[in-house]
Amino acid sequence: MPNEITVTVNGTEYTDTVEARQLLSDYLRETLGLTGTHLGCDTSSCGACTVLVDGQSAKSCTLLAVQANGHSVTTIEGLATDGELHPVQAAFREEHGLQCGFCTPGMMISVAQLLDRNPNPTETEIREGIGGNLCRCTGYHNIVKAAQTAARSI
Amino acid sequence: MVTNNFEYFAPESFDEAAQLLAKYRDTAKILAGGQSLLPIMKLRLAAPEVLIDLSHVPELSEISSNGDGLTIGSMATYYELSQSAVVQKAAPAIAEAAGQVADVQVRNRGTIGGSLSHSDPAGDMPAVFLALNGAAVARTRRGTREIASDRFFVDLLTTALRPTEIMTQIKIPVATGKTGSAYSKFENKASHYAIAGVAAQVTLGSDGTVTAARVAVTGVSSKSTRAKRTERILIGKEPTASVIRRASDRAAAELQDDLTEDIHASGEYRSYLATVIAERAITAAVERAR
Repeated sequence: MPNEITVTVNGTEYTDTVEARQLLSDYLRETLGLTGTHLGCDTSSCGACTVLVDGQSAKSCTLLAVQANGHSVTTIEGLATDGELHPVQAAFREEHGLQCGFCTPGMMISVAQLLDRNPNPTETEIREGIGGNLCRCTGYHNIVKAAQTAARSI
Repeated sequence: MVTNNFEYFAPESFDEAAQLLAKYRDTAKILAGGQSLLPIMKLRLAAPEVLIDLSHVPELSEISSNGDGLTIGSMATYYELSQSAVVQKAAPAIAEAAGQVADVQVRNRGTIGGSLSHSDPAGDMPAVFLALNGAAVARTRRGTREIASDRFFVDLLTTALRPTEIMTQIKIPVATGKTGSAYSKFENKASHYAIAGVAAQVTLGSDGTVTAARVAVTGVSSKSTRAKRTERILIGKEPTASVIRRASDRAAAELQDDLTEDIHASGEYRSYLATVIAERAITAAVERAR
């Protein structure tokens, strides 16, 4: 069943006809070609597909594209502005907050969400803030350091 | 993974939503936050032909309190509940439980109405709803009724909501006197679902004895259930550590014929965990009541 949706993604408005059952993650990756949003478990567990919807983090594999109709989505491609890395991205590079990099886009969106709500989180609050994101390299130590560094630089 | 095909509606008023549900009835599902429904649709454990998205219906997320108690719109998200000063004041166990549901992303979208309507056997909200003696406001085009929490959960993933009813609000009566509530759980580290979770509300009289207690257990059996034996042991006594221990020991006593067994925990282990978690929840509720 086709549905017309208008979604603002990383500041650009898109109007597309989608199947009702198309997931937001598939819309971003396949229709818009924004493959920075990764699809990991596809069961709402790993958080690799995390994006911001109206500034609130969400797992895009557990959201229909039609549910984003009229809303604003920020993917990892939208974090940097004018070629300048977002402080969270810069901190992940500085602290080597990634190993294989697969979880990184979702991880950085979750850290950005955390710092937006809590600019000075404790280590426990950082670990809770990324509780919906799995790193199968188990590189959490440097991810937490990156979040701390990002908090200091924002 | 994708779901089966379905037709999607995004009504902009309650009446429009109720009309759609009256038309499609059992073939339709209400879409709230989608954090339970979409995963089971992707696994093809559910295949509704129609989804009716409530997110464009205004006023369903409002939270307010007055002399009668707390009223929560069914579309209020866990994040909103965990942050709401009104909820923290009127029913701290709701804010406490909402802040423990799943993870940040799920809490941003998942709703209290969705949780109660889905009635997951390991859901956090159903236990709190029972312990706080809540009621669900169920509305159709023709009228409204309130369903008491004690009558709401019927069986595994089954509630007393009729096919044409939409839950619009959750009502929590005002807690009188020295009352405290709390929620505690032992969670699965991957899914954050409760392996055993307990919600407790305790009221103390002027002499310090328990005048009212409601305790509910989730994660342990096919639906959230009150631990009435635990409640009976508490009522009329001073809630000392040993009384709370003795009461908590009976937290899963009424669930022995219906224990959940899966790869995460045996029924025996869940049953034991319920007693430990009950002790924590009741102790916290008593401290808050004092």
